[in-house]
Amino acid sequence: MSSFLSSSIGKKLIMSLSGLFLIVFVLVHLVLNSFLLFDSTGELFNAGAHFMSLPVIRFGLQPVLFGGFIIHIIYAITLTLQNMKARPQKYAVQNLGNSSTWSSRNMFVLGGLVLVFIAMHLMHFFVPIQIQGNVHDDAQLVKALFTDESMGLVYTGLYVLGGILLGLHLAHGFWSAFQSIGFSNKIWRKRLEKVSYFYAFFIAAGFVIIPLYLHFFA
Amino acid sequence: MADKILKELTIRVWRQKDAKSKGKLESYKINNISGGTSFLEMLDILNEELINKGTEPIAFDHDCREGICGMCSLFINGRAHGPDDDITTCQLHMRKFKEGETITIEPWRAGAFPVLKDLIVDRTAFEKVLQSGGYISVNTGGVPDGNAIPISYDDAEEAMDAAACIGCGACVATCKNSSAMLFVSAKVSHLAKLPQGRVEATRRAKNMVAKMDELGFGNCTNTGACEVECPKGISIANIARLNREFLSATIKE
Ligand code: HEM
Ligand code: SF4
Ligand code: FES
Repeated sequence: MSSFLSSSIGKKLIMSLSGLFLIVFVLVHLVLNSFLLFDSTGELFNAGAHFMSLPVIRFGLQPVLFGGFIIHIIYAITLTLQNMKARPQKYAVQNLGNSSTWSSRNMFVLGGLVLVFIAMHLMHFFVPIQIQGNVHDDAQLVKALFTDESMGLVYTGLYVLGGILLGLHLAHGFWSAFQSIGFSNKIWRKRLEKVSYFYAFFIAAGFVIIPLYLHFFA
Repeated sequence: MADKILKELTIRVWRQKDAKSKGKLESYKINNISGGTSFLEMLDILNEELINKGTEPIAFDHDCREGICGMCSLFINGRAHGPDDDITTCQLHMRKFKEGETITIEPWRAGAFPVLKDLIVDRTAFEKVLQSGGYISVNTGGVPDGNAIPISYDDAEEAMDAAACIGCGACVATCKNSSAMLFVSAKVSHLAKLPQGRVEATRRAKNMVAKMDELGFGNCTNTGACEVECPKGISIANIARLNREFLSATIKE
C-alpha cells in the first residue's frame, strides 16, 4: 500500500479523489449561494447558512472539507515540484498551444490563484460568521460587502475573477479526475470532456452572476 | 510540378560536445533546399558543408528513415518531430517550411533522457522500463492458426493500435511534465488486450510503473499533448487503461 501511495499513479489517484470531493462541495456551495438570487429578503439564504453552522456540520463535515483541501494542495505541490525536476534543462522554443489546452497546462497556477481567492473569501465571511460568531443576518453581511460604497465594485470584481479562475481549473480538472481514476476510454473521453466544460461553465457562471446581481440589482 | 526551392534558411541547432559539456544553440545558413528534401536529408546536406569547412558535423539519431524504427527524434520549432502531424522526423519534408525561416532544432529534453552529443539523447530509460515487464514470461509456442485462440475484433484492434508504438520518446519530449505514461501505457495495453499477455497484466503494470517512476519521468496531468504529437497516434485511452490496471493490481494485493 505504501508503495502504491508513493507511486505516480497513486498520487494522482489521491489528487483526483480530493478533486472530485471538492467538485461536489463547490456544487453544494453554489446551490446555497443561489438562494440569494431567489429570495431577496435573505431568509432562505440565512436558513441555509444556519443549517451549515449546525454542530454536526461544523464539527463533523468542516474538518473533512479542510482535510480535502489540504490533501489536494499538498499533493498538487508535491506532483508539480517533481514534474519541474523531471526536465532540468528547458527548451529554448516550445510550442504546446496546438497540442494541449491552456488550462490543462496551468493547473497549478490556476489552483494557486483559487487558493488566494479562498483565503480572502474566508476572511470576508467564514471568520465573522463562524469564528467570531457575531453576525445575525448572513445575507445582509454578503450584500453589504458587494454594495459597499468605496470597495463594493472592487470586491465584486475579485469575486467574478475568482469564479472564472475556478471555472478554468475545473474545465480541465473535471475530466482529468476521471481519467486519473481510469474511468475513461475513447468514447467516454469525449463525453467526459463535454460534461467537464458544461460543469465548469455552470459553476463559473453561477459564482460570477451572484456578486454582479448583488452589486447592481440588490 | 517542380519542387519549390528554399533559397535560404537559418538552422539554429543545439551543439553539445559530449554528455558532460554545456551545450548551446548555434546558427548556420543553408541555401537552395528543395521542398522534396526530407528534414534529415537537409541535415545531411548541412553536415557535408560543415565537414568541407572543417567543422564537426551535427550528430543526430536516425536509422530506417521510413517511420518505423523510432530512432529519429528532434524537437523542431517547439514541437516533437516537427510541424507535421502523425509522422516521425524522417518523414518530415522541407516543403513544410517557409522561405527565409529560422528553424530551431533541439534534442528531446528530459532528465531521464540525457543528451549524449548535439541532438542525440540516451533513451536507455525506455529499455529499462521494458525490461521491467514489457514481455511475456512463458514460451507461447509457434505462430498459431489465426482462429485457434479466439480474440474479439475490438480487442485485436486495440492491441494492434497500442503495439504501433515505436518507442521514439516524442511523448516524453512533448509532455510538460516529461511523463512517460503514453509509452508505458501503450506497452502495457498491447499485451493486456491479448490472452497470452493478460496473465501477467497486473504485475506488468505495477513493475513498469515502478520503474518509470524510479527513472525520474514526471507525473501525468492528462494534458493530452503526447497523443497529439505521437507519430503513431497512440491514444491516451491507453493511459486510462494503465491507471485501471495499476489500481486493480494494488487492490488484488
Ligand atoms: C475549490 C477548489 C478546487 C477544486 C474544486 C479542484 C478540483 C480539481 C480537480 C477535479 C482536479 C483533477 C484531478 C486529477 O487530474 O486527477 C484538480 C487537479 C489539480 N488541482 Fe485542483 N481544485 C481546487 C483547488 C486547488 C488548489 C487550491 C490548488 C493548488 C494550490 C490546486 C491545484 C491542482 C493541481 C496542481 C492539479 C493537478 C492537475 C491535473 O492533474 O490535472 N487545486 N483540481
Ligand atoms: S507512445 Fe508514441 S510518442 Fe511515445 S514512444 Fe510510443 S510512438 Fe513515440
Ligand atoms: S529513422 Fe526510423 S523512424 Fe525515423
